This record gives sequence, structure tokens and C-alpha cells, in this order.
Amino acid sequence: MIPYLTRRAVHSAVALLGLLIAVFFLARMTGDPTDLFLPLDASLEERVEFSRKHGYDRPATEQFVRFVGDVMEGNLGFSLRKQRPAIDLVLEAYPTTLKLAGVTLLIGISLAVFVGALAAYRPGGLFDRMGSTSALIGASAPDFWVAITAILFFSVSLHWLPTSGTGGILFWIMPVTVLALRPFGLLVQVMRGAMLDALASAYVKTARAKGVGEGTVIFVHALRNACLAVVTVAGDLAVGLINGAVIVETVFGWPGVGKLMIDAVVQRDFAVVQAAIMVTAAAIFLMNVLIDLLYVALDPRIRHQ
Amino acid sequence: MSSISAQAEMVAVRRGLPWWRLLARDRLASCATVWLVFLLVCMLFGPEFLGKAATDINLRARNLPPGSTEQGWVMVLGSDALGRSMLARLVVASRNTVAVAFTSVVLALIIGGVLGLIAGYVGRGVGSLIMRLSDVVQSFPSLLLAVVVLYVLEPRVANLIIVLAVTRIPSYLRVARAEVLEIRERGFVDAARAMGGSRTHILWRHLVPLVAPTLLTIMTVDFAIVMLSESGLSFLGIGIQPPEITWGLMVAQGRNYLSQAWWLAFFPGLMIMATTLSANLLSNWVRLVTDPVQRWRLEAPKTDA
Repeated sequence: MIPYLTRRAVHSAVALLGLLIAVFFLARMTGDPTDLFLPLDASLEERVEFSRKHGYDRPATEQFVRFVGDVMEGNLGFSLRKQRPAIDLVLEAYPTTLKLAGVTLLIGISLAVFVGALAAYRPGGLFDRMGSTSALIGASAPDFWVAITAILFFSVSLHWLPTSGTGGILFWIMPVTVLALRPFGLLVQVMRGAMLDALASAYVKTARAKGVGEGTVIFVHALRNACLAVVTVAGDLAVGLINGAVIVETVFGWPGVGKLMIDAVVQRDFAVVQAAIMVTAAAIFLMNVLIDLLYVALDPRIRHQ
Repeated sequence: MSSISAQAEMVAVRRGLPWWRLLARDRLASCATVWLVFLLVCMLFGPEFLGKAATDINLRARNLPPGSTEQGWVMVLGSDALGRSMLARLVVASRNTVAVAFTSVVLALIIGGVLGLIAGYVGRGVGSLIMRLSDVVQSFPSLLLAVVVLYVLEPRVANLIIVLAVTRIPSYLRVARAEVLEIRERGFVDAARAMGGSRTHILWRHLVPLVAPTLLTIMTVDFAIVMLSESGLSFLGIGIQPPEITWGLMVAQGRNYLSQAWWLAFFPGLMIMATTLSANLLSNWVRLVTDPVQRWRLEAPKTDA
């Protein structure tokens, strides 16, 4: 169990480091920041002074070494646009995204487990066909289009919901629904498959043969094992959720990390892009370790390896 | 008596229906195929006929609602703020949208497949290096990665295709590697090796033919995923750049006229939705047909029970 966890943690850490290197060099390739931040008629002296002050005149490798040193000290650079430490901007934006993602996951997962499990109970039945079709639609819908169509219908035409911004519960309805669509669609399919396998398994037959009640068979014997499948895809799910959050935050004007990052990319603010990516990567790293721990806790077969 | 004849019919059917008759039995899958074929025809021949209508500016026909034919039948789906035909623009955009998604998927299939074969067959050193690289790509939200890379490399079509392909490579890589790891232990591979077959011979003649069908099945799902990613990127303004158009970009452009001309954002999104849904439906069907355990569900005669 310990070697298993260590190996998994090392793999995630290597991925984190690889990403860091890639992002640093990519960001340096976006163009010369002196051209972007100084006025067009800036003199050569001003340009040289600017480059020297921010260390842009050094070779890229040297900048990287210094960058890693800074990261170790918890210094992720300075946003040139906002004149503030980049990490502050990212950490201010993160709670918004996490709240949005958390609520979405909670609703999406519970709904998907329910629909997927019921769909698998009578494969080919009415509920199965309805559930599977809605899952397929959820997985196929372009989120930005659903968001815009929802705004058109519920905000512009009916005036029921606000078009964008943050605030009371009304502001949450559309973003959460749009963001939940794809995870819901994927999870129902996963859950249905896992539940089908579980219901056909020997332990369910044994339970039925013993005369265990049908409710207990489904919820205690089958569902608990099928839920492992949800944990398996939880990592992909969370990563996909961040993809969705970028779109949803942009369309609904939420001040989360997705919007921050798109804005920073458009304004060529190196430090903010780097900080956002690193905090995201670190969060994903932590989450992967947590998922592995959870998996070990849930599946005794891994515990005894 | 009827059950015997039903059984006899099943046995007859089991001998193998041609795939197109199986397809015709599944209503949803046939609809999906019809739509995709229709799209293919539009994409191949449409721009030749409607290319001019898609760029012709007609200020007397600005923002015509769908259903207006007084300016000619090309305006049947309405027109945009410059009086260009919606129908013609949708057809022209279909070529870009589908071509970008298809090229990316084929590229990902080839690169991912080859890397997966190497990782699975060559083994330890190179294999684990490839897997760690794929971890880096997979453990990070693909949209954020694409956003950064496209901003660095300028959002040209070629770069867009490369980025989309890179984000999809891991899925092919993993499947190809897992299959190779399993197949290479089988008797016929040992036999080929014992008879003096070279590594390349074994790879090409014994492994590739078995791995390829699985990868091709994933391709259909991936086509939908990549199309959604491309549309999302174009929607955010970092995908295809005007004057070229894709459906995602048309949604973004239509967003500014949401309250005056809803059809500008609605129809392109509907096209994306119909196409991704069709691809997903078709891939589900292919998975059923190629799965010997599930295939009977399609072959069994329809009963009214």
C-alpha cells in the first residue's frame, strides 16, 4: 500500500514539474514584454532599464533558475498590469471557482449516481432510455451555447434570472446547471456501466440467494461497489470541470480563476498566467493524492497489495 | 410454438446480419448516420454553391429573421447584421469546423497509437518516459493548455490542429499500450517470435491489426470531444480567426446581437450539438456491434413486450 501510494505521488510530482518547465518557456515565447508595457515612443534607455529591472535581459535558463528559486520562497512574480503580486490575484479568484465547482460536483454526482443506478436496474426500460438519452445530450452539448441560449431564454425573454454577475441564489442557477451538464452526462454512462457489472456479479447473486431484501441488494451490495467507478473518474471529472469553468465564468462574468486566466493571456500578463497554472497544477496534484488515498480506503484489494 | 419460431429466427439472425441492416434496426443510430452523411455532402459540395452568398453583403437584408424568403431562398434561416445569408454561412463554416476536428483526431490517433505501441512493446525505459509525458498532458485541463499554447504560437489553423491533437494523444496512447501489454503475452505472438519474426514484423502483422479497431472506435467519441474543444476555443476568440468562420466563432459573433437577432447564435450552436450528438450515438452503436457480449441486443428480433 505504501509503495503504491509513493509511486503514484512521484508520478504526479513529475507531471507537475514537467508542466512548470513547459509553461515557463512557453510564457517566455509570447513576445517581448518591454514592447507590451512601455509606450510605443519609449526611448532605448527606458527599454533597457525596464528589461534590467524585471530580469528580462538575462538568458532564459538563468531566468528559469531564478524563477524556481522564487517559487521555493513562495514568490510567484508580480502582475505588471495590476501592479500586485500575481499569487494574490490567483488566490483571490480561486474561492469563487472552487465554490462553483464544489456545488456543481455535489449536484452533478448525486444526480448522476441516482440516474445511472436506476437506469442500470432495468436495462432497456423506459427510465434507462430516458436517462441514457439525457446523459448523451449532456455530454454532447456545447456548454457556451447552452449558456447563451439559457441567457436568451431565461434572462432576455422571461426576465426570471440575472444575465451575469454574482450574488444571491438566482445568480447560481444557470452557471451551475451549465457546468454540471457534461460531468453529469459522462458520470451517468460510467455509473450505469458499473452498476450493470455489479448487478450481474456473483456477490449480488449470493446476496439474493441468501434472501436479502431487494433494497439492501441494490443500495448496500451493488451501489457501494459501483461507486468505486465514480472515484476512478473523479480526477478526469475535476480536470474537465476546470475546462468548463473557464467558459462558464467568461460567459456569466464570474470573477474566478478561469476568467482571470483568459484575461491575463489576452493582456499578456506572464506572472498571472504562470501563477494560475501552478496553483491549478498543485491543486490537481493534491487532488490526485487524495483520490488515491480514498481509493485505498474504499477498495480492500489495493490495501493488501 | 411462437417461442420456437422466435428462437429459430434468432438463430438465423445470429449467423450475421450485414452491418447496414443492423444499423437500420437502430433508429437513433440511423438518424445519426443520416445527419453525418448529410453534413459530409454539405461540407464537400456546399461551399462551391453557397460560398458567394456567405460573403455577399446586402444591407437591405440586415438581420432578417428565419423564415424570410422575400430576399431569396438562401435567407430562409435568416441573415446577420451585414445581410449575409445564415444558411450559406453555416454551410461554409461546416467545412472548417469538421476539417479541423477530423484532422486533429487523425493526427492524435496516429501519434498516440504509435507511441502507445512503442510504450507497450519496447517496454521499461522508453515506455515509462512516454507515460510520464502523457501524464503531464492529461493531468492538466486541456482548455487552459490550449489557451496558453495558442496565445504563444498565434491562433493559426495549423497550430490549433496541433494543440487539439496533443490534448487528445494520451487517450489513444493509453488504450494502445494497455492492449499491446495484453496481446503480446498471447500464444500467437510467442509463436511468431519463435519462428524468427522480427520486432517490426510482429508489431505490424500481429499487434497493429488487433489494436487498430479499438482505436478507431475511440475516434468517433474523440471527434465529438475535439469539435467541442475547437468550438470553445473559437468562442473564446483564440481559435479560428475571422474572416474564416467556424460554428463556434459564429456563436461568439452572434452573442453581441443576442437581444436583436437570437438566430445568429442559436443555429450554429444547434449544428454543433446535432453533430456531436450524432458522433456520440454512432460510437455507442459501434461499441455495441463490436462487443460480442452485447451484440445480441441489436440482432435479437424486435418484440412488442
